[in-house]
Amino acid sequence: MTTTNIHIEPQLAEILATVSDPEIPVLSIMDMGVVRSAEMNGNIAEVTITPTYSGCPAMDVIGDDIKKALRDNGIEAKVNLVLSPAWTTDWITEKGRNALEKYGIAPPLEPEADIAALLGNQKIVKCPQCGSHNTKMISQFGSTACKAFFQCQDCQEPFDYFKCLK
Amino acid sequence: MKLVQYLYGIADNALILGQRLGELCGHGPNLETDIAMTNISLDLLGQTRSYYQYAAQILGGDATEDTIAFLRSEREYKNVLLVEQPNTDFAYSIGRQFLFDVYHLLLLQELQLSQDETLSAIAKKCIKEVQYHTRFSSDWIKRLGDGTPESKERMQNAINDLWTFTDELFHQTEADQAMVSEGIGVDVTKLKDNYYQKINEILIESTLAIPEMKYFQKGGKHGIHTEHMGYLLADMQYMQRTFPNMTW
Ligand SMILES: [Zn+2]
Repeated sequence: MTTTNIHIEPQLAEILATVSDPEIPVLSIMDMGVVRSAEMNGNIAEVTITPTYSGCPAMDVIGDDIKKALRDNGIEAKVNLVLSPAWTTDWITEKGRNALEKYGIAPPLEPEADIAALLGNQKIVKCPQCGSHNTKMISQFGSTACKAFFQCQDCQEPFDYFKCLK
Repeated sequence: MKLVQYLYGIADNALILGQRLGELCGHGPNLETDIAMTNISLDLLGQTRSYYQYAAQILGGDATEDTIAFLRSEREYKNVLLVEQPNTDFAYSIGRQFLFDVYHLLLLQELQLSQDETLSAIAKKCIKEVQYHTRFSSDWIKRLGDGTPESKERMQNAINDLWTFTDELFHQTEADQAMVSEGIGVDVTKLKDNYYQKINEILIESTLAIPEMKYFQKGGKHGIHTEHMGYLLADMQYMQRTFPNMTW
Protein backbone atom coordinates (compact mmCIF):
# COMPACT_ATOMS: atom_id res chain seq x y z
CA MET A 1 0.00 0.00 0.00
CA THR A 2 1.09 3.53 -0.78
CA THR A 3 -0.02 5.06 2.47
CA THR A 4 3.43 5.60 3.96
CA ASN A 5 3.96 9.18 2.85
CA ILE A 6 0.51 10.37 3.79
CA HIS A 7 0.52 13.20 6.22
CA ILE A 8 -2.72 14.43 7.68
CA GLU A 9 -2.44 16.73 10.67
CA PRO A 10 -4.65 15.44 13.52
CA GLN A 11 -6.63 18.65 14.06
CA LEU A 12 -7.40 18.80 10.33
CA ALA A 13 -8.25 15.09 10.23
CA GLU A 14 -10.89 15.68 12.87
CA ILE A 15 -12.59 18.35 10.75
CA LEU A 16 -12.20 16.41 7.51
CA ALA A 17 -13.87 13.41 9.13
CA THR A 18 -17.06 15.50 9.29
CA VAL A 19 -17.13 15.93 5.50
CA SER A 20 -19.18 13.17 3.93
CA ASP A 21 -19.00 11.66 0.48
CA PRO A 22 -21.85 13.37 -1.44
CA GLU A 23 -22.86 10.12 -3.10
CA ILE A 24 -22.57 7.89 -0.05
CA PRO A 25 -23.41 10.22 2.84
CA VAL A 26 -22.73 7.62 5.55
CA LEU A 27 -19.08 7.62 4.57
CA SER A 28 -16.69 10.42 5.43
CA ILE A 29 -14.08 11.42 2.88
CA MET A 30 -11.48 10.18 5.37
CA ASP A 31 -13.05 6.70 5.45
CA MET A 32 -13.25 6.79 1.67
CA GLY A 33 -9.50 7.36 1.50
CA VAL A 34 -9.69 10.28 -0.90
CA VAL A 35 -7.76 12.66 1.37
CA ARG A 36 -4.08 12.17 0.60
CA SER A 37 -2.60 14.90 2.76
CA ALA A 38 -3.64 17.83 4.90
CA GLU A 39 -1.14 20.25 6.33
CA MET A 40 -1.08 23.75 7.70
CA ASN A 41 1.03 26.05 5.60
CA GLY A 42 1.10 29.25 7.60
CA ASN A 43 -2.56 30.19 8.07
CA ILE A 44 -3.77 28.11 5.17
CA ALA A 45 -4.68 24.44 5.25
CA GLU A 46 -3.45 22.65 2.16
CA VAL A 47 -5.55 19.60 1.46
CA THR A 48 -4.77 17.14 -1.31
CA ILE A 49 -7.48 14.83 -2.56
CA THR A 50 -7.61 12.17 -5.27
CA PRO A 51 -10.64 11.09 -7.30
CA THR A 52 -12.08 7.61 -6.90
CA TYR A 53 -12.94 7.49 -10.63
CA SER A 54 -11.82 9.95 -13.35
CA GLY A 55 -15.35 11.00 -14.08
CA CYS A 56 -16.45 11.15 -10.46
CA PRO A 57 -18.84 14.11 -10.42
CA ALA A 58 -18.48 14.36 -6.64
CA MET A 59 -14.93 15.72 -6.66
CA ASP A 60 -15.85 19.38 -7.18
CA VAL A 61 -18.46 19.13 -4.44
CA ILE A 62 -15.99 17.43 -2.09
CA GLY A 63 -13.49 20.26 -2.70
CA ASP A 64 -16.13 22.87 -1.84
CA ASP A 65 -17.32 20.90 1.20
CA ILE A 66 -13.76 20.68 2.53
CA LYS A 67 -13.30 24.43 2.21
CA LYS A 68 -16.62 25.06 3.92
CA ALA A 69 -15.95 22.67 6.81
CA LEU A 70 -12.55 24.20 7.48
CA ARG A 71 -13.88 27.74 7.14
CA ASP A 72 -16.55 26.91 9.71
CA ASN A 73 -13.64 26.14 12.01
CA GLY A 74 -11.89 29.38 11.18
CA ILE A 75 -9.40 27.90 8.73
CA GLU A 76 -9.00 28.94 5.09
CA ALA A 77 -8.15 26.03 2.83
CA LYS A 78 -6.61 25.33 -0.53
CA VAL A 79 -7.61 22.06 -2.17
CA ASN A 80 -5.40 20.30 -4.71
CA LEU A 81 -6.36 17.34 -6.85
CA VAL A 82 -3.77 14.66 -7.62
CA LEU A 83 -4.10 11.57 -9.83
CA SER A 84 -1.02 9.72 -8.66
CA PRO A 85 -0.88 7.35 -6.91
CA ALA A 86 -4.27 6.34 -8.24
CA TRP A 87 -7.00 5.69 -5.70
CA THR A 88 -7.67 2.09 -4.77
CA THR A 89 -10.49 0.47 -2.81
CA ASP A 90 -7.77 -0.63 -0.35
CA TRP A 91 -7.86 2.91 0.99
CA ILE A 92 -11.41 2.55 2.23
CA THR A 93 -10.99 2.08 5.98
CA GLU A 94 -12.43 -0.83 7.95
CA LYS A 95 -14.89 1.63 9.49
CA GLY A 96 -15.78 2.72 5.98
CA ARG A 97 -16.38 -0.84 4.81
CA ASN A 98 -18.70 -1.48 7.74
CA ALA A 99 -20.55 1.77 7.08
CA LEU A 100 -20.99 0.77 3.43
CA GLU A 101 -22.49 -2.59 4.35
CA LYS A 102 -24.83 -1.04 6.92
CA TYR A 103 -25.93 1.45 4.29
CA GLY A 104 -26.84 -1.41 1.94
CA ILE A 105 -23.77 -1.48 -0.30
CA ALA A 106 -21.67 -4.65 -0.35
CA PRO A 107 -18.01 -3.67 0.21
CA PRO A 108 -15.33 -4.56 -2.38
CA LEU A 109 -13.78 -8.03 -2.51
CA GLU A 110 -10.16 -8.79 -3.40
CA PRO A 111 -9.30 -8.64 -7.15
CA GLU A 112 -9.62 -12.34 -8.00
CA ALA A 113 -12.83 -12.75 -6.04
CA ASP A 114 -14.11 -9.53 -7.60
CA ILE A 115 -13.64 -10.87 -11.12
CA ALA A 116 -15.19 -14.21 -10.24
CA ALA A 117 -18.19 -12.42 -8.74
CA LEU A 118 -18.63 -10.05 -11.67
CA LEU A 119 -18.38 -12.84 -14.21
CA GLY A 120 -21.02 -14.76 -12.25
CA ASN A 121 -18.63 -17.68 -11.70
CA GLN A 122 -18.93 -17.68 -7.92
CA LYS A 123 -21.59 -16.66 -5.46
CA ILE A 124 -19.45 -14.76 -3.01
CA VAL A 125 -20.95 -11.30 -2.74
CA LYS A 126 -22.81 -11.08 0.54
CA CYS A 127 -26.26 -9.53 0.55
CA PRO A 128 -26.06 -6.48 2.84
CA GLN A 129 -29.72 -6.95 3.79
CA CYS A 130 -29.93 -10.60 4.89
CA GLY A 131 -26.32 -11.81 4.76
CA SER A 132 -26.98 -14.53 2.19
CA HIS A 133 -24.31 -15.35 -0.40
CA ASN A 134 -26.95 -16.60 -2.81
CA THR A 135 -26.67 -13.45 -4.91
CA LYS A 136 -26.64 -12.76 -8.61
CA MET A 137 -24.91 -10.10 -10.72
CA ILE A 138 -27.47 -8.09 -12.68
CA SER A 139 -25.23 -5.47 -14.25
CA GLN A 140 -21.51 -4.71 -14.10
CA PHE A 141 -22.36 -1.06 -13.69
CA GLY A 142 -24.76 0.07 -10.97
CA SER A 143 -26.00 3.49 -9.95
CA THR A 144 -22.48 4.87 -10.40
CA ALA A 145 -19.39 3.64 -12.26
CA CYS A 146 -17.79 2.44 -9.02
CA LYS A 147 -20.59 0.00 -8.29
CA ALA A 148 -22.10 -3.11 -9.85
CA PHE A 149 -25.73 -4.09 -9.47
CA PHE A 150 -26.64 -7.33 -7.72
CA GLN A 151 -29.76 -9.08 -6.52
CA CYS A 152 -30.16 -11.37 -3.56
CA GLN A 153 -31.91 -14.60 -4.53
CA ASP A 154 -32.99 -15.30 -0.97
CA CYS A 155 -34.53 -12.03 0.21
CA GLN A 156 -34.93 -10.79 -3.42
CA GLU A 157 -33.57 -7.36 -2.57
CA PRO A 158 -31.50 -5.64 -5.24
CA PHE A 159 -28.31 -3.97 -3.98
CA ASP A 160 -25.11 -2.26 -5.09
CA TYR A 161 -21.72 -3.91 -4.83
CA PHE A 162 -18.70 -1.62 -4.59
CA LYS A 163 -16.30 -2.93 -7.23
CA CYS A 164 -12.69 -3.62 -6.41
CA LEU A 165 -10.35 -1.03 -7.90
CA LYS A 166 -6.64 -1.80 -7.65
CA MET B 1 3.23 21.84 -29.07
CA LYS B 2 3.78 18.33 -30.38
CA LEU B 3 2.85 17.16 -26.89
CA VAL B 4 -0.46 19.01 -27.10
CA GLN B 5 -1.19 17.37 -30.45
CA TYR B 6 -0.25 14.05 -28.93
CA LEU B 7 -2.63 14.64 -26.01
CA TYR B 8 -5.43 15.48 -28.46
CA GLY B 9 -4.75 12.22 -30.26
CA ILE B 10 -5.50 10.31 -27.08
CA ALA B 11 -8.07 12.52 -25.38
CA ASP B 12 -10.24 13.19 -28.44
CA ASN B 13 -10.94 9.46 -28.70
CA ALA B 14 -12.22 9.47 -25.14
CA LEU B 15 -14.27 12.64 -25.63
CA ILE B 16 -15.96 11.58 -28.86
CA LEU B 17 -16.67 8.05 -27.68
CA GLY B 18 -17.94 9.48 -24.41
CA GLN B 19 -20.25 11.77 -26.37
CA ARG B 20 -21.54 8.86 -28.44
CA LEU B 21 -22.23 6.81 -25.32
CA GLY B 22 -23.88 9.81 -23.69
CA GLU B 23 -26.39 9.86 -26.55
CA LEU B 24 -27.64 6.53 -25.26
CA CYS B 25 -28.67 8.03 -21.94
CA GLY B 26 -32.36 7.19 -21.68
CA HIS B 27 -32.20 5.21 -24.93
CA GLY B 28 -30.40 2.02 -23.93
CA PRO B 29 -32.14 -1.26 -24.78
CA ASN B 30 -32.74 -1.85 -21.08
CA LEU B 31 -32.07 -0.01 -17.86
CA GLU B 32 -28.89 -1.90 -16.96
CA THR B 33 -27.14 -1.38 -20.28
CA ASP B 34 -28.32 2.21 -20.37
CA ILE B 35 -26.72 2.85 -16.99
CA ALA B 36 -23.59 0.89 -17.87
CA MET B 37 -22.99 2.81 -21.08
CA THR B 38 -23.59 6.19 -19.53
CA ASN B 39 -21.24 5.23 -16.69
CA ILE B 40 -18.57 4.34 -19.22
CA SER B 41 -19.31 7.66 -20.89
CA LEU B 42 -18.73 9.44 -17.60
CA ASP B 43 -15.43 7.62 -17.07
CA LEU B 44 -14.30 8.65 -20.53
CA LEU B 45 -15.29 12.28 -20.03
CA GLY B 46 -13.40 12.30 -16.73
CA GLN B 47 -10.36 10.90 -18.47
CA THR B 48 -10.71 13.50 -21.22
CA ARG B 49 -10.71 16.26 -18.62
CA SER B 50 -7.40 15.08 -17.18
CA TYR B 51 -5.73 15.19 -20.60
CA TYR B 52 -7.31 18.51 -21.62
CA GLN B 53 -6.42 20.17 -18.30
CA TYR B 54 -2.84 19.16 -18.94
CA ALA B 55 -3.01 20.42 -22.54
CA ALA B 56 -4.52 23.74 -21.37
CA GLN B 57 -1.72 24.15 -18.88
CA ILE B 58 0.84 23.69 -21.67
CA LEU B 59 -1.03 26.00 -24.05
CA GLY B 60 -1.42 28.73 -21.42
CA GLY B 61 -3.27 31.95 -22.19
CA ASP B 62 -7.04 31.64 -22.35
CA ALA B 63 -7.02 27.90 -23.03
CA THR B 64 -9.10 25.77 -20.68
CA GLU B 65 -10.39 22.22 -20.82
CA ASP B 66 -13.69 23.68 -22.06
CA THR B 67 -12.25 25.73 -24.92
CA ILE B 68 -10.40 22.63 -26.07
CA ALA B 69 -13.48 20.44 -25.84
CA PHE B 70 -16.02 22.84 -27.31
CA LEU B 71 -14.35 25.47 -29.48
CA ARG B 72 -12.28 23.57 -31.99
CA SER B 73 -13.35 22.97 -35.56
CA GLU B 74 -13.86 19.51 -37.02
CA ARG B 75 -10.41 19.31 -38.58
CA GLU B 76 -8.79 20.03 -35.25
CA TYR B 77 -10.19 16.89 -33.62
CA LYS B 78 -7.74 14.01 -33.93
CA ASN B 79 -9.91 11.10 -32.85
CA VAL B 80 -9.95 7.90 -34.88
CA LEU B 81 -12.90 7.28 -37.20
CA LEU B 82 -14.02 4.27 -35.16
CA VAL B 83 -15.19 6.25 -32.14
CA GLU B 84 -17.33 8.72 -34.09
CA GLN B 85 -19.44 5.99 -35.73
CA PRO B 86 -23.11 6.37 -34.81
CA ASN B 87 -25.32 4.27 -32.52
CA THR B 88 -27.30 2.76 -35.38
CA ASP B 89 -27.95 -0.50 -33.58
CA PHE B 90 -27.08 -1.77 -30.09
CA ALA B 91 -24.74 -4.29 -31.72
CA TYR B 92 -22.87 -1.38 -33.34
CA SER B 93 -22.51 0.45 -30.06
CA ILE B 94 -21.16 -2.72 -28.43
CA GLY B 95 -18.92 -3.54 -31.41
CA ARG B 96 -17.48 -0.02 -31.45
CA GLN B 97 -16.88 -0.18 -27.71
CA PHE B 98 -15.23 -3.58 -27.86
CA LEU B 99 -12.95 -2.72 -30.80
CA PHE B 100 -11.89 0.45 -29.00
CA ASP B 101 -11.61 -0.92 -25.43
CA VAL B 102 -9.13 -3.64 -26.36
CA TYR B 103 -6.94 -1.03 -28.05
CA HIS B 104 -7.43 1.48 -25.22
CA LEU B 105 -6.24 -0.99 -22.59
CA LEU B 106 -3.13 -1.92 -24.60
CA LEU B 107 -2.35 1.76 -25.13
CA LEU B 108 -2.70 2.67 -21.45
CA GLN B 109 -0.58 -0.28 -20.36
CA GLU B 110 2.28 1.27 -22.34
CA LEU B 111 1.41 4.88 -21.59
CA GLN B 112 1.78 4.34 -17.85
CA LEU B 113 5.49 3.81 -18.57
CA SER B 114 5.77 7.26 -20.18
CA GLN B 115 8.69 9.48 -19.18
CA ASP B 116 6.15 12.25 -18.77
CA GLU B 117 5.01 12.06 -15.16
CA THR B 118 1.60 13.63 -15.68
CA LEU B 119 0.80 11.39 -18.61
CA SER B 120 1.94 8.34 -16.70
CA ALA B 121 -0.25 9.29 -13.73
CA ILE B 122 -3.30 9.80 -15.94
CA ALA B 123 -2.71 6.44 -17.64
CA LYS B 124 -2.42 4.64 -14.31
CA LYS B 125 -5.72 6.16 -13.23
CA CYS B 126 -7.54 5.38 -16.49
CA ILE B 127 -6.30 1.82 -16.81
CA LYS B 128 -8.29 0.63 -13.80
CA GLU B 129 -11.48 1.97 -15.34
CA VAL B 130 -10.82 0.69 -18.83
CA GLN B 131 -10.37 -2.84 -17.48
CA TYR B 132 -14.03 -2.74 -16.46
CA HIS B 133 -15.05 -1.26 -19.82
CA THR B 134 -13.26 -4.06 -21.66
CA ARG B 135 -14.88 -6.69 -19.53
CA PHE B 136 -18.31 -5.18 -20.14
CA SER B 137 -17.99 -4.95 -23.91
CA SER B 138 -16.31 -8.36 -24.30
CA ASP B 139 -19.09 -9.90 -22.26
CA TRP B 140 -21.74 -8.42 -24.55
CA ILE B 141 -19.91 -9.51 -27.69
CA LYS B 142 -20.16 -13.06 -26.35
CA ARG B 143 -23.79 -12.73 -25.31
CA LEU B 144 -24.89 -11.36 -28.66
CA GLY B 145 -22.49 -13.44 -30.80
CA ASP B 146 -23.35 -16.68 -29.07
CA GLY B 147 -26.98 -15.71 -28.56
CA THR B 148 -29.97 -16.05 -30.86
CA PRO B 149 -29.67 -16.25 -34.68
CA GLU B 150 -30.95 -12.66 -34.80
CA SER B 151 -28.44 -11.29 -32.27
CA LYS B 152 -25.62 -13.25 -33.89
CA GLU B 153 -26.40 -11.86 -37.33
CA ARG B 154 -26.59 -8.29 -36.09
CA MET B 155 -23.42 -8.60 -34.04
CA GLN B 156 -21.60 -10.08 -37.02
CA ASN B 157 -22.82 -7.28 -39.30
CA ALA B 158 -21.60 -4.69 -36.83
CA ILE B 159 -18.16 -6.27 -36.52
CA ASN B 160 -17.91 -6.59 -40.30
CA ASP B 161 -18.82 -2.95 -40.85
CA LEU B 162 -16.64 -1.54 -38.08
CA TRP B 163 -13.63 -3.67 -38.96
CA THR B 164 -12.60 -1.20 -41.65
CA PHE B 165 -11.82 1.36 -38.94
CA THR B 166 -9.53 -0.84 -36.83
CA ASP B 167 -6.31 -0.47 -38.78
CA GLU B 168 -6.20 3.29 -38.22
CA LEU B 169 -5.66 2.70 -34.49
CA PHE B 170 -2.12 1.64 -35.33
CA HIS B 171 -1.15 4.52 -37.60
CA GLN B 172 1.44 6.91 -36.30
CA THR B 173 1.09 10.64 -36.75
CA GLU B 174 4.02 13.07 -36.75
CA ALA B 175 3.19 14.04 -33.18
CA ASP B 176 3.14 10.34 -32.23
CA GLN B 177 6.57 9.79 -33.72
CA ALA B 178 8.03 12.86 -32.04
CA MET B 179 6.67 11.77 -28.66
CA VAL B 180 7.81 8.16 -29.10
CA SER B 181 11.36 9.34 -29.78
CA GLU B 182 11.27 11.38 -26.57
CA GLY B 183 10.10 8.43 -24.51
CA ILE B 184 6.79 10.16 -23.82
CA GLY B 185 4.49 8.53 -26.34
CA VAL B 186 3.52 4.97 -27.14
CA ASP B 187 4.57 3.30 -30.39
CA VAL B 188 1.12 2.14 -31.46
CA THR B 189 2.46 0.13 -34.39
CA LYS B 190 3.78 -2.34 -31.83
CA LEU B 191 0.34 -2.92 -30.33
CA LYS B 192 -1.19 -4.23 -33.53
CA ASP B 193 -0.40 -7.96 -33.37
CA ASN B 194 -1.42 -8.23 -29.76
CA TYR B 195 -4.63 -6.33 -30.52
CA TYR B 196 -5.84 -8.58 -33.31
CA GLN B 197 -4.87 -11.63 -31.33
CA LYS B 198 -7.00 -10.55 -28.38
CA ILE B 199 -9.89 -9.47 -30.61
CA ASN B 200 -9.81 -12.72 -32.57
CA GLU B 201 -9.78 -14.83 -29.42
CA ILE B 202 -12.99 -13.23 -28.20
CA LEU B 203 -14.65 -13.34 -31.62
CA ILE B 204 -13.93 -17.04 -31.84
CA GLU B 205 -15.26 -17.60 -28.35
CA SER B 206 -18.36 -15.67 -29.40
CA THR B 207 -18.78 -17.96 -32.42
CA LEU B 208 -18.37 -14.94 -34.68
CA ALA B 209 -16.37 -14.93 -37.90
CA ILE B 210 -13.21 -12.86 -38.08
CA PRO B 211 -13.68 -10.44 -41.00
CA GLU B 212 -11.27 -10.72 -43.89
CA MET B 213 -10.51 -7.29 -45.14
CA LYS B 214 -7.66 -5.70 -46.99
CA TYR B 215 -9.05 -2.22 -47.36
CA PHE B 216 -9.14 -0.01 -44.29
CA GLN B 217 -10.41 3.52 -43.78
CA LYS B 218 -8.33 6.17 -42.13
CA GLY B 219 -8.11 9.93 -41.69
CA GLY B 220 -9.42 10.79 -38.24
CA LYS B 221 -5.96 11.08 -36.75
CA HIS B 222 -5.26 13.83 -39.28
CA GLY B 223 -8.59 15.53 -38.76
CA ILE B 224 -10.26 14.08 -41.86
CA HIS B 225 -13.47 12.63 -40.46
CA THR B 226 -16.47 10.67 -41.69
CA GLU B 227 -19.74 12.48 -42.39
CA HIS B 228 -21.00 11.61 -38.91
CA MET B 229 -18.53 13.84 -37.12
CA GLY B 230 -20.09 17.15 -38.13
CA TYR B 231 -23.46 16.19 -36.71
CA LEU B 232 -21.87 14.98 -33.51
CA LEU B 233 -19.97 18.24 -33.05
CA ALA B 234 -23.02 20.35 -33.88
CA ASP B 235 -24.84 18.59 -31.09
CA MET B 236 -21.95 18.65 -28.63
CA GLN B 237 -20.90 22.26 -29.22
CA TYR B 238 -24.37 23.73 -29.56
CA MET B 239 -24.59 25.41 -26.15
CA GLN B 240 -21.14 27.00 -26.24
CA ARG B 241 -21.61 28.19 -29.82
CA THR B 242 -25.04 29.61 -29.16
CA PHE B 243 -24.34 31.09 -25.73
CA PRO B 244 -20.57 31.70 -25.66
CA ASN B 245 -18.95 31.27 -22.25
CA MET B 246 -22.14 30.02 -20.67
CA THR B 247 -21.66 28.06 -17.46
CA TRP B 248 -23.97 25.84 -15.45
ZN1 LIG C 1 -30.65 -10.94 0.88
